[in-house]
Amino acid sequence: MLGKGLIKRHTLNLTTDSPIFQVQTSTDNGTTHVTMQGAFSLAALTTLSKTLTAAAANGPTTIDTANVTRLDTSAAYALAQAEKSGPVTITGLTPDTQALLNTVRRALPKPDRAAQKPKTLSDQLESVGRTMAGAGHFMLELLGYFGLFLDRLVRSIRHPSEFRLTALVHHCQEVGVKAVPIVALMSFLIGIVLAFQGASQLRQFGAEVFVVDLIAVSILRELGILLTAIIVAGRTASAFTAAIGSMKMREEIDAMRTLGIDPATALFVPRILSLLIMLPILGLIANLSGLIGGALMSWVELGISPGMFQSRLVENTGVWHLLVGMIKAPFFALIIGIVGCHAGMQVGSNAESLGQKTSSSVVTAIFAVIVTDAIFSIFFAQVGV
Amino acid sequence: MTTNTKDPVIRLCGIRNQFGSHVVHDGLDLDVYRGEILGVVGGSGTGKSVLLRSIAGLQTPTAGEIEVLGTNVRTATEDQRQALERRWGVMFQDGALFSSLNVRENVEVPMRSVPGLDPELRRQMADLKISLSGLPYLAGDKFPSELSGGMRKRAGLARALALDPEIVFLDEPTAGLDPIGAAEFDTLTRQLSDTMGLTVFIVTHDLDTLHAICDRIAVLAEKKVLVTGTMAEMMQVDHPWVHEYFHGPRARAAMDAIPTKTKTNPDNKGD
Repeated sequence: MLGKGLIKRHTLNLTTDSPIFQVQTSTDNGTTHVTMQGAFSLAALTTLSKTLTAAAANGPTTIDTANVTRLDTSAAYALAQAEKSGPVTITGLTPDTQALLNTVRRALPKPDRAAQKPKTLSDQLESVGRTMAGAGHFMLELLGYFGLFLDRLVRSIRHPSEFRLTALVHHCQEVGVKAVPIVALMSFLIGIVLAFQGASQLRQFGAEVFVVDLIAVSILRELGILLTAIIVAGRTASAFTAAIGSMKMREEIDAMRTLGIDPATALFVPRILSLLIMLPILGLIANLSGLIGGALMSWVELGISPGMFQSRLVENTGVWHLLVGMIKAPFFALIIGIVGCHAGMQVGSNAESLGQKTSSSVVTAIFAVIVTDAIFSIFFAQVGV
Repeated sequence: MTTNTKDPVIRLCGIRNQFGSHVVHDGLDLDVYRGEILGVVGGSGTGKSVLLRSIAGLQTPTAGEIEVLGTNVRTATEDQRQALERRWGVMFQDGALFSSLNVRENVEVPMRSVPGLDPELRRQMADLKISLSGLPYLAGDKFPSELSGGMRKRAGLARALALDPEIVFLDEPTAGLDPIGAAEFDTLTRQLSDTMGLTVFIVTHDLDTLHAICDRIAVLAEKKVLVTGTMAEMMQVDHPWVHEYFHGPRARAAMDAIPTKTKTNPDNKGD
């Protein structure tokens, strides 16, 4: 014994249900002796691992486990790791702990993973390219669904027995009739807001009476149908995606195919067709209730009587203002229906993808509706109506 | 670490579970001993899963006493319960992994409750548990939705083993696995039980599992544990359902397939 080296003691006393453990280190003639005592669990791992690895890295080490009362996989892991970092002799193992240590040795994660390569410029360019190509692919897929819908629609007309009238009526009720209250209320409130804001601005020029034109043009051309389409996109695109997606998830769509039922005829045609029928009607209702709201506010705020509002509306507002709005309705309907059905078919076999696709179908539908509306605005401005 | 004396770690006494007017268990008694693998069988609707949920504290029985590792589950304080929960692990039928976390993070979840554990070491321990459960090393980076059913079960087992529990509850561990995967899972369970001194409580329908790894079998019928015993003892039972269960064509096929128990340590277990 040439000079007993420093003795380190680690004691940790956790809550009453975690028993105490001790690790003692002593150095003797270049050999480190580590004595483990007590119960070793995960709570002891940080201390144990540091002590053992440091000792083993220093040179020959003996580890005495004779006084260990409990040795779990974490302690076995620390022992196995110490063996890897230097020459280690472990004494005092019972057959049980020896078996555990062997199991852990076998299970030790083999190689360290290769470090992730840093992203180079070309990788980033590639991901941009992939995103763009993905977007293009998505547009093509939507176009494909549009073609599929047209094809199945024509087939339904040629073979009326395949057409699902009951489903169409059901979806008309779900998509259209049930949306009437919310669409009417929203549009009525928009009419009120427009009249109120228009009145306070136009009053400065003494041009209060032009508020009628402001309301009529903005509601008939743009707001009536656009806001209706946005509400329907939120309500209906999500409903389509969720309904078709959950059928996809439970393999009902596959079952339909094996039974000789075409999913596009059975699911897409009634849904998209019901939107095509109901969205213009909802738009018309929105226009009407918007005008009523505007007229009411003009009467209250500016004293323009409903009769005067009506005559000014009929004189000054061309029928094209209404047509410009209504022409857009079927396009919006197609966008909402196709986006909703397409997203439903993209749902995978787990619940997360259903939620993800539902929310993405709403976002896509609303975005596409607004973009289309902007394109129409430019188009109508160019042709001059 | 494992003493093979008859030391009960779970004691059930007079358990009664009732849903409305439907009585599932009535006067159910069962002891589970340290270090053994107990298989619980019974027809559909006999309340095997309800029993497991009652012991694991997910459901309070209408009446009766449950004692796990010397703590009465029904009267335990919040702290006692928490301490107890760290000493058992539950593997649910489909793994019940947290879908927003990857496999390694799933296994780390219970370890986060350990004070003073270095995050890097925690990650390494999670990898070790994943590897112990027979998953490939890189599986830790995967999300539950990217795993097959068998891998999800293994990941669920890795999470159940995270804190080196003394008892593991397995709910139908081999249901929905192919025969090879199921046999591998059985071997794994036996191995872990032997090396880590685990007490394993398996709810199963799988006759192969019962033959291959269970030290003792408990049959649930007529609202209680009808009979417990080894496989050989089960074959002698006269009760019509038990007889049908262990003498049916499937049972015979399982018996022929596995002539002896595939224990890694076939000596004095449970003696």
